[in-house]
This record gives sequence, C-alpha cells and structure tokens, in this order.
Amino acid sequence: MSLPTPSGMSRRHFMRHMAASAATIPALDFIAHMQANAAELKKRNKACILMWMSGGPPSIDIWDLKPGSKNGGEFQPISTKGDLQISEHMPKTAQVMDNLSVRAMSTLREADHGRGRYYMHTAYVPNPTVVHPAFGSVVSYELGTKRKELEIPAFVSIGGGGSSPGFMGMSHAPFLVDNSGNIRNASMGDLGPDRLNQRLSMLGVVEDNFINSQRGESGQAHKDIYQKAVNLMTSKQMAAFKVADEKKEILDMYSPAPAAPGAMGGMGGGNQFGRSLLMARRLVEAGVPFVEVDFGGWDLHANVFQTLKTQRLPALDAGIAGLTADLKQRGMLDDVVLVWMGEFARTPRINQDVGRDHWAASWSVMVGGGGLKGGVAVGETDKDGTSVASDKAYQPGDIWATVAHALGIPLDTVHTSKRGRPMKIANGGTAIKELIG
Amino acid sequence: MVRKCQTRQSLAASCGAWFSAAAFTLAFAVVGPTAHAQEKPAPDKAVQGKEFTTGSSDVIITEINRQIREAWKDNEVTPSAVADDNEWLRRVYLDIVGHVPSLEEVEAFSADKDKAKRTKVIDKLLDDPAYVRNWTTIWTNLCIGQQTPRRVSRAGMQKFFREAFSRNRPWKDIVSELVTAEGHYEENGAVNFLLAQMQDQDDGVQMTAKTTRLFMGMQVQCTQCHNHPFNDWKQDQFWQFNSFFRQTGKVDHRKFDAKTGRMVDDYSEIVERNFSGPVYFEKRNGLMQVAYPIYLGAEVDPGDSTDRRKELAKHMITGEKPMIAMAMINRTWAHFFGYGFTRPIDDLGPHNPATHPVLLDFMATEFVKSGYDCKQLMRWIANSEAYNLTSRGTKKNERDNPAAGETALFTHVYVKPMTAEQLYDSLIVATNAHKSGRSGWEQSEKQRQEWLQQFVRTFGTDDGEESNSFDGTIPQALMMMNGQLVSDAVSVKAGSHLGDVLAGKGNEIVKINRLYMSALGRQPTKQEQAAAQGYLKRSREPLSVYQDLFWALLNSNEFIFNH
Repeated sequence: MSLPTPSGMSRRHFMRHMAASAATIPALDFIAHMQANAAELKKRNKACILMWMSGGPPSIDIWDLKPGSKNGGEFQPISTKGDLQISEHMPKTAQVMDNLSVRAMSTLREADHGRGRYYMHTAYVPNPTVVHPAFGSVVSYELGTKRKELEIPAFVSIGGGGSSPGFMGMSHAPFLVDNSGNIRNASMGDLGPDRLNQRLSMLGVVEDNFINSQRGESGQAHKDIYQKAVNLMTSKQMAAFKVADEKKEILDMYSPAPAAPGAMGGMGGGNQFGRSLLMARRLVEAGVPFVEVDFGGWDLHANVFQTLKTQRLPALDAGIAGLTADLKQRGMLDDVVLVWMGEFARTPRINQDVGRDHWAASWSVMVGGGGLKGGVAVGETDKDGTSVASDKAYQPGDIWATVAHALGIPLDTVHTSKRGRPMKIANGGTAIKELIG
Repeated sequence: MVRKCQTRQSLAASCGAWFSAAAFTLAFAVVGPTAHAQEKPAPDKAVQGKEFTTGSSDVIITEINRQIREAWKDNEVTPSAVADDNEWLRRVYLDIVGHVPSLEEVEAFSADKDKAKRTKVIDKLLDDPAYVRNWTTIWTNLCIGQQTPRRVSRAGMQKFFREAFSRNRPWKDIVSELVTAEGHYEENGAVNFLLAQMQDQDDGVQMTAKTTRLFMGMQVQCTQCHNHPFNDWKQDQFWQFNSFFRQTGKVDHRKFDAKTGRMVDDYSEIVERNFSGPVYFEKRNGLMQVAYPIYLGAEVDPGDSTDRRKELAKHMITGEKPMIAMAMINRTWAHFFGYGFTRPIDDLGPHNPATHPVLLDFMATEFVKSGYDCKQLMRWIANSEAYNLTSRGTKKNERDNPAAGETALFTHVYVKPMTAEQLYDSLIVATNAHKSGRSGWEQSEKQRQEWLQQFVRTFGTDDGEESNSFDGTIPQALMMMNGQLVSDAVSVKAGSHLGDVLAGKGNEIVKINRLYMSALGRQPTKQEQAAAQGYLKRSREPLSVYQDLFWALLNSNEFIFNH
C-alpha cells in the first residue's frame, strides 16, 4: 500500500525538492541568481563577537597603563598602530590597534561577580521584578529571526555558563557549546540516514494526528522545534563548529606560538581562547549574528603580574590580534563588532598578595570592528587609575547602544516585558559619538 | 511571549498601553460571568443536559459543576464531550502521581466495568506513594527552586514535604511551619524555604516577596520601590510585611575537614535575631519613611518581646477565607487545568478579578471548613465534570482559548507541557528503561538528577522563576531524539519493555497495539496501525521498524504533552 509521506521533516527530502524545482529554471540563470544572493547575504551578515573575560580582567594592566603611579604595577606601555598605548605584553594586538578602540567607563556599584555579570550583559541592574535579556538574546531577537537561511541558533555561547534570555523567551537563549565544537546529542550514533528518515516519517504520522485533533497550537510548536533540531543535525552549517577543519596558517594566527609539526596548530590546552575565537569567526561567517566567547581566569586576587605575563596575556594577545587580522583579510571586519569586557575590572591598588581585587569605579572595555572608528581612546582615567577623569562615565548601556548602532538596530527600539513593561534597548544608552563618527 | 512595541513608539505611549490593559480587565469584570451568577442561580436545563458524575456523590463537586456550567451558559459556549477512559486516565495519572499509567494499568482500567471507576482511581492515586513523591517535588521546586541555592538542603526540604503530604497535614499547618521555622536545615527541613530566600543580604526583601506571592497570591514585589501602578498595594505595605521578617537570622556553620586539613561548609540554620521597632525605607522622592509590622491593616506590637514571624503566621492562617486558602485553591486548580481563575495564578486582588470569583470563594471557604485538606481539594477537582472532559475543542467552544489570551471557561481540558520530572518518570514507566542497562536505586536516582538538570533553565518571568518543562529548546529536542535514555528504551536489551513486548504473545497487530498503549495510553487508529504494518512489510529488518516506531511514539507531541 502507499503511505502519505510526512512533509517537511526530512532534510534529504527537502534537498530533493530543491533540486527538482531548480531544474525548471535555466541553469545559468539559477547560478547567477545564487551568486547574487550570496553577495547579498554576506552584506547582511552583521554580527557581534563578545569576548567575555570571566572573573574581572585588570584593564589597568592591559589597556590603560599607569607608568609612574604607585598603582602602575610591573608592566610598561608600548605604542600601537592606533592613537593609544597598551601593555607591552600585547605586542601582536598593538599591530592591529588601528581597528580597535578602548573606552574608559565606570559601572560604579556592581562589584559582585553575579551582579556585575548581569549588569554588563543586559545593561540593567538586577531587579527582583523582571529578568532582562542578555544583549545576545536581544540581537537574536532583532537579527536572528530575520535570517531565514540560518539553520543554527542565532546566539551561540562558547565555553561559558550562559546567560538568561529573560523576557525574550527560550527561543533566544544562548546555545551553549564547548570549544571542542561537539554538540551534545547532535548525532544519532551509527544509525544511518535511512533510519533517521524512517523515524521521522513515523513521527510525522503521530504528530500530524495530534496537531489535527483540535488541541491548540502546542502540537505544531513541538513539530517546529523538532524540525529545527533535525535541520541542525543535518545542516551543512554545522561545519562552522568544526574548528579542526581550519588550515594550519589560520590556526596559527590565533595562537601565541606556531604549532609543532603534526600538532593541532597550537590548539592544545594552551590556547582554548584562540580556538573559541576561531569558532566564533566561522559561526559569524555562517550567519550567526551574536557569538559570546568565554575566557576565564581573571579573578586575580594574588600574583597578578606573573599570571598575566605567562598565561593570560599571551593567549589574549594572540587571540585578539588573530581574530582582527583574520576578519580583515576576509573583508568581514567592517560588519563584525568586537567587544571585550568582563563583569568589572580590578583595583588600581595592588594588595599585599601582589594581586588586584574587584573594582568597578574606573576601568576600560575594548570595542572594535563593525565599521566603528578604531585606534582611539575615549574618555580617560586619572593618573592613578582610581576615577574616570573625563566628564562622562560610560555605562554598559552605552556600549550596547554603540553595538546596536553598528549592527543597524535602531536605538529607539523598545521591547516589552512579559508584564507589559516597556524596556528601551540597551537601557536607553547612547552610541558613543567618538566611535560612530 | 515577547511583544515588541513599534520601534518608534515612545515610552510614554507604551506606558499608556500598559494602563489600558489593566482598565480592560476591570471593565471585563463588570460584564463577566459573575454579574449574572447571583441574578440567575438556576441552571438552564437545556445547557445542563444529563448530570455528569465520576461516581462520587459529594455535593461540593455538584456545586463546582453547577458554577462552571453557569459560566458556559453566560458566555454561550458548549462544552466538549466527556473524555474517553484512555484519555482521562493518562491525564489523571500525570496530574496526581506525576507519571503516565503503565500498560497493565491502562488495560485494567479499560476492563473495569464499574460505573464509579473514575472516582475509585482518584482515591487509589491519592493513596499511592507516588502522590507523596510528586507533590513533594512540586512544592520543593516552588519553595527553593530547581537548582538548590547555596547553603540550602534540598534533602531537608524534601523530607519536610514528604512527611507533610504522606500524613496529609492541613495546609495551614504546613504554611505556618514554613514561615516560622527555626533551626538546623536537615533536622527541621522547613527552614530551607526561608534559607533559599536569604541568598543576598537584602534585609528580607526576597523573603517578603516570595512568602506573600507563593502562599498568599499577593504580588507586592514591585512595591518595594514604588506604589503599585494599578493595584492597591502601597510601598509602605511592602515594608510592613517586610518588618515581620527582620528578626530572621542565618548562621552558616563551618567544620574542620581532617582529610584536607581545611575548614569546609557544614550545616546552616535559621536563628532568631534581636530586632524591634520600625524598618526604614526610601520613597522615590528620596524621603525616608518608617514601617511597622502591620498585617493587612492589623497592627502587631513592634516591641522586642514579639515573635514577629509567629504573629505573621497566626494572621496568615486565621479567618473564614484567608489569602492562603484562596491562593492554594487557585494554584491547585491551575495544576489540574493548566489555567487558574486569575492570570498569573499568584496575583490575586481587586485589581485582577478572578474569572469565576464565586467559585473561587466557595472552594476556599469549603477548603477551610475541611480543615485545609489538600487531598480533599484534589478529589473535588479531579471528580469535577470539567476535568473529565476531552482536551479536543469544538466549533462551539473555540472562543474558550486561554492560550490566545481569552478567559479560561473550562469547556475542554487544556494541553499542558510535562515538567521534566513528569517526562522522566513517564519515560521510565513507558519503557522500563531503568531495568535495561541500569543498576541499583542510587545509580538510577543519580541518573535521574543529571537528566533533570538538563531541563533547568531560568525562564525570565518577572520573578526570576525557573522553568523545567519541555519548553521547546533545541538541546531538549536533541536530548529526546538522541539521548541515552531514549536510546536505552529502544535498545531491546533484556528486561526492556520493548524487548518484553516483542518476545511476548501475539501477532504484529497486537505488538503495535501494545506499543501505542505503553507510550500513549491508547490504541493506534486504523490509519496508524496500517502505516506501521506498511513499514513492517517493506522493511528487511522488522526489529528496526518496531524500534523506530517506539522511538517515534516517545518523541511525539502526544507523548510529551499532558492533555
């Protein structure tokens, strides 16, 4: 007997249809059409990569050095290709600093890890009556939903603990992956595609019966999410997670030292950050509008200089420099905004354990790419780094407003919480005029 | 869902929309079902039709049925048909004991010819150990969240509820004990509710907000900072409630660990701290104000001889129809029906009129009269006509669509997502997965906990609530499709349910029937049966067909929803 083929569930089925309908257009037209589309897609692929320094990085030892001050510490500034100086332990980044800018800011009160993390991710102070979305979820909502060709989630978080989509809802939650690029349960093991198709077509029979049983919308919603999961499992875009496919020269760009012959391009335990950034670039290339990369180990209450010099900064330097140069050589740097921040920074004062403690009153974040002005320092801290000397202390809302501007999201966008409360995008922050030109 | 305002809409305009939504609710109350309820007490015979009964003759159930019918009539909607036995049995198992019925239980219920078999099953389930486990899970999650906060004992909280539900303790005693608890977090598990609200040094703000909301159905959390924009709660009322909690202290004990030579966390406890007089709070205009312990207008001596939490509990459980009774009725009703009499269910008050206010009042009064008997309350709900209807809607009640924001009229049963616990425990029942490839209670409990954690996500509701339902994320779908539990279930290992069915008696029709009964609690339709046989005919590997069929059933929307 013949059986109804369930519609829509099988990617192979879908591909067959594609091929069939393409054949009805003259082949050359079809190819030309595809190429035009590809160019159009590339242009639209605005994205943001957030480099999240979990634990609170000492920006005073990285972007805003204070030589001559008692708070200055062990490091010296060096000149860069931009109009500012940075740490001597960031020499590769110094060479691409014409693309990156540093902004002094003061987040004043949030010097607790959890609260600072929330504030910097959402631009809102924690509040018991509402959970605000991380900015990645906002971008997923604003840009991800418009990218119909995107089969992988619009907000990917690499190596981190994730953040809440808040009132944006679960469909805009970060999709968490570790930097191996392995996605849990994404494979059916050794069952072949025939079995997957058999399962999906049997599933279609039961699902469609339930959907047609006058029981509301949830049956269809379930089918839709399974469709997305199957798309993900079978999507060519999944290759974006496979950093190991990258050429050795590219891997080396992100690594503090070139790989030994035969080794995975320096991508062993020593450079997880570079590996994550490379995955981020691949995801952005595939159309993902927001990728967060977690790089931890900054809660340096003791022994700050030794740790920075030997562990944190070589990886950070190579990662940022590699990503910036790689995006540039691909012509993507003007479309991809880079943001570097943590939940707060560290005390200018050096404690008795040669460490720095939590400090939110005066610190710096780095922003670059995305067509924003590079190589400048906006605002400044005083000579000991203990307060923001410029007339305006920037807040995280101003950073996200700048990012929104670069991504083409209007700054008068207002979202509404589940309770009907209006929420301005980026908490009503303003795009920094020195950066948007 | 998120509603996005027009990009260029001003903030002020949005505020306007917010207020007019509230105005709409108020207007609705005037013309709603209640206005008519008192004028026309006698139900219309034509609408009423034949009296429905599960076999129970409790007059309270009759009254519930009468009031629900009255709202149908007032709103000109017609109820759906009564659910068939299979549909109803699966639902009542999920709601009372937290998992689907086994194949044997489905078959036994079908075979039972007793006209009172529904009410018999309800009584049986309320006495099942799984009832205690299910409601312990539900209230533990509500009180301390799905992820155990720091310095809180989940085991202690569970022990408290296990004991409370197995003895069917009066709800007012349970609430009173949670609010007044003191001591060691394992010796007196009740303290964990307050310990979970003491994560920040916030002067009892979280305790105030959670206690009033969870047990009284009062949302005062917004009034911490300002008078509520559209209800009667004032800022000073928040701080009046708050002042009842200010004698609550916490001690986190540490102990020496001989193995590591370090101090490590030991137990935590709630202790009484000295506090008397007013609390201070700041008005929006920057002025400092004071608030004294006053419970909804009833003043309490602010002196240092007063045990404020005891006073609070005393007020909370006193009266013919206290807020804790209303809140419990509304929450339990919503547990069974998916929607309560207000939305959200924990926001009661004149600003948010109930859809069936007379019924809510009636049930709350009866609940108090019953001695706050939780099992009795569930008996009333599960035996009610509305709960026994099918979840299929009809043309004549399509307006009754609360998912689209309409008032819930209960003309048919609404589809609910399973919680993670329901899903896991149902998969175990349907597949015997615990018998194939798993060994020992401890190991299976560990696997259960690990599995459940994959579902815990903060949900972003206005209370920082969590959700642990199957709420439609890709990782959840992938876990169901390719995860270990379902893989084991279709593995045909010795002792697995699939293995048993395939090795059992009967031809392929019987086997297909039994797989449908195990997973979905019903027989396949003719079309489904024919489709499955078609696969068997065409396949060279009949085993793979059965495996894939069982996989499809367990992954289906019909399995994962409670309907």
